[in-house]
Amino acid sequence: MSQAPAAAPTARPTAGRGRNLELSEELKAYKGVWVFIEHDRGHVHSVSWELVGEARKLADQLGCPVSAILLGGEDEGLEKFAAEAFTFGADKAYLMKDPVLKGYRNEPFTKGMTDLVNKYKPEILLLGATSQGRDLAGSVATTLLTGLTADCTELRIDPVSKALAATRPTFGGSLYCTIMTLAYRPQMATVRPRVMEMPRADASRTGEITYDALGMVETQIVTKLLDFIADANSNKINLPYADIIVSGGKGLKTPENFKLVFELARVLGAEVGATRPCVQAGWVEADRQVGQTGKTVRPKLYIAAGISGAVQHRVGCEASDVIVAINTDINAPIFEFAHYGIVGNAMQVLPALTQGFAAHLALRTRQAA
Amino acid sequence: MHIVVCIKQVPDSAQIRVHPVTNTIMRQGVPAIVNPYDLFSLEEALRLKDKFGGRVTVLCMGPPQAEEALRKCISFGADDAVLVTDRAFAGADTLATSYALAAGVRQIASEQAVDIVFTGKQTIDGDTAQVGPGIAKRMGLQLLTYVSRIIETDLENRTITVERRAEGGVQVLKTALPCLITMLENTNEMRFAALPAMIHAAAYPVRKWNKEQAGIEDFGKIGLKGSPTVVSKVFGPTPRTEKVEMLELETSTLRDVSLNLIQKIFTRHPTLEADLLTKEMT
Repeated sequence: MSQAPAAAPTARPTAGRGRNLELSEELKAYKGVWVFIEHDRGHVHSVSWELVGEARKLADQLGCPVSAILLGGEDEGLEKFAAEAFTFGADKAYLMKDPVLKGYRNEPFTKGMTDLVNKYKPEILLLGATSQGRDLAGSVATTLLTGLTADCTELRIDPVSKALAATRPTFGGSLYCTIMTLAYRPQMATVRPRVMEMPRADASRTGEITYDALGMVETQIVTKLLDFIADANSNKINLPYADIIVSGGKGLKTPENFKLVFELARVLGAEVGATRPCVQAGWVEADRQVGQTGKTVRPKLYIAAGISGAVQHRVGCEASDVIVAINTDINAPIFEFAHYGIVGNAMQVLPALTQGFAAHLALRTRQAA
Repeated sequence: MHIVVCIKQVPDSAQIRVHPVTNTIMRQGVPAIVNPYDLFSLEEALRLKDKFGGRVTVLCMGPPQAEEALRKCISFGADDAVLVTDRAFAGADTLATSYALAAGVRQIASEQAVDIVFTGKQTIDGDTAQVGPGIAKRMGLQLLTYVSRIIETDLENRTITVERRAEGGVQVLKTALPCLITMLENTNEMRFAALPAMIHAAAYPVRKWNKEQAGIEDFGKIGLKGSPTVVSKVFGPTPRTEKVEMLELETSTLRDVSLNLIQKIFTRHPTLEADLLTKEMT
């Protein structure tokens, strides 16, 4: 059932019989930190800028440049994105423009990315853990036969080996592990949106652009992109970037009670989040799930109603500035990481908060007028 | 139509506890289940079989007890099950796992050509979402991840058209068979296993292949040896130093507690109030 792959796995010096943890002389030539800049229909995904900021910190420790990698169509404004990458901390940008790169497809993007890596040999390659980034990262790492660490929450340079030490949650968030790729290059990692902080832009920063050609024509590509159906604005859920999130859990007991979460969210102009059991019960859309298998969020205010606070949920929301927990069980784990806690029935507390916030905001608006 | 579904047996992560002192996973008494994401792919494979006929083979890499997970899939309606199991597979990261599973799929395909390989979107223990893309690249298959719907399967022209979840929308993609698909969660509901099917599954002779039988060519590419990533440290989440401030409901009314909390939130985060007021005005 085989068919010729567009980007065949490249030959690598074998690691020998035992487990080789030493970097070969050939691979020592790999230098620089790369960030794959994800863009679609004129917009760069913010996770890419978050990663450029993180790449800057790593590169400063290694004394090497940060490069932005941009693949796309002729008319997709790649130069503009590169200029923006420079303001966030990139020194260089590698651009690949080709009609077949307009709209993400695994095959041409994998070939483009692996060709660039083989030509310019970066030491570290970072991608967003989005549906596109994860699809591409897994394909590129397998093609290059190198290590890839998914959904990292922290990236550091190990002082001894100078290797990338990538920390990620494991076992549903109950434990963390630090993973290194010692004998292979590049060292690859994906990071979810909102896990790293957004860097400050410095408008005076510029950089150098290098162009490369993909060398692929449409007829060589098996998968065709027939259409892109954008989400209707009305039901676009953007949890990772929401300033305020009101989340509900199974403690709300019924989908009718869950409406209280939506009511408080409406008063606050907030997004609605939920735990996995609520999503599985069909109370809310899967896009609203906060946690290890859902979204990572870092709002200014996170209100958790009827949520016990299992580790799987905790890893998704603990970066929030202020966490308010409402739960009937004083021993619920949520009170271990919330800033303010109310032991009480969410069905009563939520309406009280909705009224309270509405009254407070109305009062302040009057005072300001 | 012959479909291979790759599954994994995982500990039910909702029931995992971490030892408070040693920071190790307490697996005792934690039930092993079929990775829930794999079931969305299995169900989709069974639906294709219902429509076009043919067979569904489930494949798993894991320890001998993973046989139970495969049996579960048989009870749902899979026709055959293969477990690739060998001590040499131990310690495999996603790259080494994709090598072993790709070898297993090839071995299955040598008996009967395979049209589609399904894997779960990701597992609930590793959560990497890397093995599916890895198998596809190892085998030179077209890759369709995060598929939310199979729109059309055209066996005559050997094509498949799907909807794939992307950031901010849905891609409609058409590709050639054979291909590898990972289904998105909640795309379908797993059927029930009927009692006769469960009895059949309990007695089903799951095929067990060691590394040679699985057709592994290079033993340096499996298990720990074939894994570029090295786990250097495992630790528990850092306990927060800041204590939670509890607002007592017993000593005051719900209204007072709410207003008190709102005061506290805005004092702690003044920009939040400012943002909200600006929003109100505009």
